Amino acid sequence: MKNEPFDRRAFLKSAVAGSAAAVTVSLPQSADAQQRAAAAAPPAHPGYTFLNLEEAAFVEAAVDHMIPADALSPKGTDLGVNIYIDRALAGGWGKGDRLYMQGPWKTGTPSQGYQLPLTPAELYRAGIKAANAYSVKTYGKTFDKITQAQREEYLLAWQAGKVSFEGGPPARTFFGMLYQNVMEGMFSDPIYGGNRDKAGWKMIGFPGVIATHAQNIEKFRDKKYVADTVSISDMS
Amino acid sequence: MATKLKEVDVVVVGLGWTGGILSKELTEAGLKVVALERGAANSTAADYAVPNIRDELRYVIRHELMQNAAKDTLTARNTPQQEALPMRRLGSFLPGEGVGGSGIHWSGGTWRWTDMDFKVRSLYEERYGKKYIPEDMTLQDWGITYAEMEPYYDKFERIAATSGKAGNLKGQILAGGNPFEAPRASEYPLPPLKSVLAAEMFADTAAKAGYHPFPRPTANASQPYTNPDGTKFGACQYCGYCQRFGCEANAKGSPHMTVIPIAMKNPKFEMRTHSWVTKVLKDSSGKRVTGVLYTNVLSGEEFEQPASIVLLTAFSLNNVHLMMLSGIGKPYDPVTQTGIIGKNFSYDTGPSGRLFFEGRNFNPFMAAGGSNHVIDDFNGDWNFDRSKHGYVGGFIVSAGFNTALPIGYRPVPGGTPSWGSEWKAATAKWYQTSMGISARSGVMPHRHNYYDLDPTYKNALGQPLMRLTFDFKANEHKMNEHGAQVINEIAKSMNPTRLGAARGSTEPWTVARYQSTHTSGGSIMGTNPRVSAVNTALQSWDCHNLFVVGANVFPHGGAYQPTGLVGALAYRTADIIKKQYLKNPGALVSA
Repeated sequence: MKNEPFDRRAFLKSAVAGSAAAVTVSLPQSADAQQRAAAAAPPAHPGYTFLNLEEAAFVEAAVDHMIPADALSPKGTDLGVNIYIDRALAGGWGKGDRLYMQGPWKTGTPSQGYQLPLTPAELYRAGIKAANAYSVKTYGKTFDKITQAQREEYLLAWQAGKVSFEGGPPARTFFGMLYQNVMEGMFSDPIYGGNRDKAGWKMIGFPGVIATHAQNIEKFRDKKYVADTVSISDMS
Repeated sequence: MATKLKEVDVVVVGLGWTGGILSKELTEAGLKVVALERGAANSTAADYAVPNIRDELRYVIRHELMQNAAKDTLTARNTPQQEALPMRRLGSFLPGEGVGGSGIHWSGGTWRWTDMDFKVRSLYEERYGKKYIPEDMTLQDWGITYAEMEPYYDKFERIAATSGKAGNLKGQILAGGNPFEAPRASEYPLPPLKSVLAAEMFADTAAKAGYHPFPRPTANASQPYTNPDGTKFGACQYCGYCQRFGCEANAKGSPHMTVIPIAMKNPKFEMRTHSWVTKVLKDSSGKRVTGVLYTNVLSGEEFEQPASIVLLTAFSLNNVHLMMLSGIGKPYDPVTQTGIIGKNFSYDTGPSGRLFFEGRNFNPFMAAGGSNHVIDDFNGDWNFDRSKHGYVGGFIVSAGFNTALPIGYRPVPGGTPSWGSEWKAATAKWYQTSMGISARSGVMPHRHNYYDLDPTYKNALGQPLMRLTFDFKANEHKMNEHGAQVINEIAKSMNPTRLGAARGSTEPWTVARYQSTHTSGGSIMGTNPRVSAVNTALQSWDCHNLFVVGANVFPHGGAYQPTGLVGALAYRTADIIKKQYLKNPGALVSA
């Protein structure tokens, strides 16, 4: 069982249900990752506005698996990718902004795109339940409780379309949305809760919210552009 | 019950490039013009300012400047046998909404379509024989010539601050420009934009292979500029946030900072935003329109705006939709091949290849909207023999950068995992060391590519959605296969560390993935009402005081982006209304 040094969710659960607190075991980390983690000390958890405990555990496990801590960046939850997803689901996009939601509802062909009668928030709610049910059926535990190797196997099968959710929403559609949201949480402006400390941008050398490159475009021709990475709040 | 307003001379439906141009021109001719725009008014200072405009999530991913699909979208299917379903989220194409329309979020590609397009059927039949054009390809001549369009192209290029290099000045072929363009009367108003490494590497290799690369003509001002109307442009800042964004530097030619403010200063002009036009009204004869019906979307109130002339100047799809909802012209029937409204929906398409160069620094985040070099050897060159490949049309090939932002643009070589440390390492390694080469060809019209009204789904005002039946056909597959071959040959000569080869896809068209906003056709232009919805002045054959201005009049799709031609056609229609129609209102071309 993989656990964070302090499993907040397990703590909350035990506080509610009165069950024993989870035993915490830290996995060994590389020296690089430890340095990186120390450099970007995770701030106090900002809390969730949409995800419930089960959903939060699932999203945290998924984003930390997809974005592990290493020399290139802190892990997904330390980047706030889970917070990005929570805020996106609680906000207009999650509630179906700019999404045509009139029936009748048909499955359609793949080329007809998204056809579910669900807002993104509703898809997450149903999708996480179904994904955990599949995990329990296959591995005996929910997604946040299975091993790294099992998570990898599950995600690979899921991405390849080899996983189906009985009675749940189409597995592939939910995977596509989840994956896209993880990328958004890593690479969107930090103003949305993810990409904390601009670490996603720094990882690839994207300079962020630059006012002008008129002087740079020739100066940095075939040269690495080195400058402070700037976000919207830095310039506001 | 709609409130009936006082009659005006002209009502303009949709205030982007075409509505803006016609509003300015016709108010200057002394007409009282009311422009109705479904979206809101925007200004560079308030809405496109740094830092908030530099937000990929908001503008690229969440489509802030686009039509709201929750309120109005279309249904789509690949074949008439399928059931069409709503495009529930915008994907394949992105119509703009609000004052300025798609002219706010375009990247500025400005091309001159030539007689090779306008005389397409005649030229192909003459050169390749009558049997060369497939029976189901509903190709036809447009009825206009490059010579008559030339001054209007020039006008639009100057108004929109187009940067480029002439390749054919009055018949003289000039180095550095496109040698296959039709003769221009004058140079571009501004010199080409600064080029980027990826475009230069592509251009060097293409030139060595015997092709003729040139900088893509683009309405991004390469230096500070004042256009003939007195509008001041700033210089392009190469900010990397162009396509899908408004321009904070006022360097991108956009209607909200050019033609529309000029119209606004004229007391003859009135702009009404949040006004969603639902119907064009006809008189009892059905041969004249009397105005439009619209809903104020802030209050829900309905109004009738009577007018002597009605101009449909919305996005191409919405112009056709409004004609159908209003019963103007006979709807096209693909079974009997009768009727015209909805016919010849077209688009553009093309493969792309990806090149990875260890050790290079492309700086993909430093780019204008048009930091590309292009070759036109397989499109503009009529001597290029299409019969070897068996298609009608052609493609341009280009390389460079435009809006390579990190949520959407993170190239990694094939076989890279989608997550984990290995994925992170590859993403970090290749973001700055990769470039693409892509081809773009026009979709040729086909009997089964068309619009009609959906029998089931409705928009927010309870009207039937447009239904689009569309797929790529054999002609596109052949062009894409050839395009991929050309890309791969050039790419291999560039000796990349890794190459993601271009492939000519035969997958069905999908609404889910963005491809291009160059939808065209549906109320096409031509020389007689049997085969066209509007005449060459873009005047409805059915109602002489209705003009329909947009890419919806294109009888087929092209390799070039459409806006240069759309803008030129708007100026031409304005001229025709001023010089001919007002003196003698009636059919300008006898049927």
